Amino acid sequence: MLWYIARRVGYALIVVWAAWTVTFILLYRLPSDPVSIMLHGAGGEVASRASATQRAALAHQYGFDRPVIVQYFLLLGRALRGDFGLSVQNHLPVAKLVGQALPSTVQIALLGLAFALLLGAGVAIAANYSRNRFLRGLLFAVPPLTASFPTFWVGLMLLEVFSFRLGWFPAVGNDGFRAAVLPAITLAIPAAASYAQVLSRGIEKTLREPFIDVVRAKGAQRARVHLVHAFRNAMIPALTLVGLTVGGIFAGAVVTETVFSRSGMGNLLQASVNSQDIPVVQILVLLSAVAFAIVNLAVDLVYPFIDPRIARPAR
Amino acid sequence: MTDVLPLETAASTAPARRRTRTPFRVRYDLVLAGAVLLVIVLWAAVPQLFTSQNPLVGVGAAAHQAPSAAHPFGTDMIGRDLFARVVYGTRSSLQATAVAIAIAFVASTVIGLVSGFVGGVLDEVLMRVVDVMLAVPSLLVSLLLVTALGFGTTNVAIAVGIGSVAAFSRVLRSEVLKVRTAAYVEAAAGTGARWWDILLRHVLPLAITPILALVALEFGGAILAIASLNFLGYGAAPPAPDWGGLVSDGRNYLATAWWLTTLPGLVIVAVVVSANHISRVLGESR
Repeated sequence: MLWYIARRVGYALIVVWAAWTVTFILLYRLPSDPVSIMLHGAGGEVASRASATQRAALAHQYGFDRPVIVQYFLLLGRALRGDFGLSVQNHLPVAKLVGQALPSTVQIALLGLAFALLLGAGVAIAANYSRNRFLRGLLFAVPPLTASFPTFWVGLMLLEVFSFRLGWFPAVGNDGFRAAVLPAITLAIPAAASYAQVLSRGIEKTLREPFIDVVRAKGAQRARVHLVHAFRNAMIPALTLVGLTVGGIFAGAVVTETVFSRSGMGNLLQASVNSQDIPVVQILVLLSAVAFAIVNLAVDLVYPFIDPRIARPAR
Repeated sequence: MTDVLPLETAASTAPARRRTRTPFRVRYDLVLAGAVLLVIVLWAAVPQLFTSQNPLVGVGAAAHQAPSAAHPFGTDMIGRDLFARVVYGTRSSLQATAVAIAIAFVASTVIGLVSGFVGGVLDEVLMRVVDVMLAVPSLLVSLLLVTALGFGTTNVAIAVGIGSVAAFSRVLRSEVLKVRTAAYVEAAAGTGARWWDILLRHVLPLAITPILALVALEFGGAILAIASLNFLGYGAAPPAPDWGGLVSDGRNYLATAWWLTTLPGLVIVAVVVSANHISRVLGESR
C-alpha cells in the first residue's frame, strides 16, 4: 500500500513538471518572439517606444539572451522557489494575482462538481431503475445530447431564463451563494453528461453479471440491487472520469466566468490571453495540470477503498 | 452424432439468416444528420442562394426585430438580418474547422502510426508526452497557443488543431495497434508483403470506418472549440460574422433580444449534434 501511494505521488509530480516543460516550449520556444509579444501585451505605445536597450533588458530579465537550456533551468529554478515572475500588464507578482483569483473559481468549481455528481448519478440510476420504456430511452439519450452544447451558450440560456425572465438569481457578480448557482450549473452540465453516460452503461453492464442473480436469489429488494450492488461496481470507471474531467471544469470556468462577468481564474486567463501576458497564462495553464494531478492522486488513493483488488501487487 | 448435427445446421443457416435479418433500412436519423451538415456546407459555399439580405449593412428602421417571415432569425441592434449573418458566417467557421481538423489529423496520424507501428521505446516516449498533454484540457492548450501566435481566424484554427492532437493520436494509436496485431495482417507480413502494401491494402480499408468516425467526432469538437475561442473574442475582426462571435455580440442584449444569442447557438448545437451522431453510428457499425 505504501509503495502504491509513493508511486502515485511520484507520478503526480512528474505530470506537473512535464506540463511546465510543455508550456515553456509552447510559450517561449515557438517561432515567435516573446519579447515582442510581452511588449505588445503591455500596450501598443509601449511597444513602439521601447528602445533596443529596453528590449535587451527585458530579454535579459527572462534569460532570452542565453541558450535555451539555460533559460529553461533558470525559469524552472525560479518557479520551484515560488517565483513565477511579474505580470507584463500590471507588474504585479503572478503568484499574487492568481492567489486573489483562486477562491472564487474554486467555489464554483466545487459547487459545479457536486451538482455534476448528483445529476450524473441521479440520471444514471433513474435510467436503469425505470421500467417505463419512454422515460428510459429519454434518460439514456439526453446526456450525449447535452454534451454537444457549447458551454457559453448553455450559460447564456440559463442567464436568460433564470435571471432575466424569472429573476431567481443575480445575472452578474461574485457575492454570495446565489450568484454562484448558475455558473456552477453551467460548469456541471457537460461534466454531468459524461458521468451519466459512463455510469448508465456501467450499471447496465453490472446488472447482467451473475453475482446480481445471486443477490436477487437471496431476496434483495430491487432498490438495494440497483443502489448498493450495481452502483458500487459502476463507480470505478466513473471515478476515473471525475479525475479526467476536473481539468475540463477549469477550462469551462474560462468561458463561464466570462459569460457571468465573474472575477476568478478563468476571467484572469481570458484577460491575460487578451493582453498576451505570457507569465500569467503559463501559471494558470500549469495550475490546471496541478489540479489534474492532485485530483487524480486523490482518485487513485480512493480506488482501493472501493475495490480492494487495485492496491494489491499483481501476483 | 447428436453433437455434429447442430454444428452443421448452424453453419449452413447462419449466413442465410444474417441476410434476411439485415434488409436495407433507411436510417432517418442519419439522413437528418447528413442533411444538416449538407445544408451547412452549402451555406458556406453559396450563401447568396439562401438569403437575399446583406450580412454587413443594416437597415436602421428594421433594428431590434423579433424573428418574423421577413427575418427568420430577427434583426440585430443596427438592423442587420441575423439569419444572413449566420449564413455568411458559416464559411469562416467551416474553414477554421477544416484547418483545425487537417492539422490534428496529419499530426496525430504521424504520431499514431509511428507509435502503434514501430512500438518499443519510441511508443513509450510519445505516449508519455501525450499523457501530459491530456492533463491540460485542450481549450487551455489552445488558449496558450493563441497567446503565443496572436489572434485571428487562422491562428485560432491552428491552436484548436494542435490542442486536439493529443486525444486524437491516442485513439489513432489504439486503432493502429488493433489492426496491426490482427492475424490476417501478420499473415500478410508472413507471406512477404512489403510494409506499405500491408498498410495500404490490408490496414487502411479496415481502419477507414473508425477513422471517419473519429473525423466526424473531431469535426463536432473543433466547431465547439472554435466557437468558444471566437466567443472569447480571439477570432475574426468585428464586422465579419462568425458563429461564436455572433453569440458573443448578442450577449449585451440578453434581456431584450433573446433571438440574438439563442438562434445562432442553436445552429451550432444542430451541427455538433449531427456530427456526433454520425460519428457514433459509424463507430458502432464496426
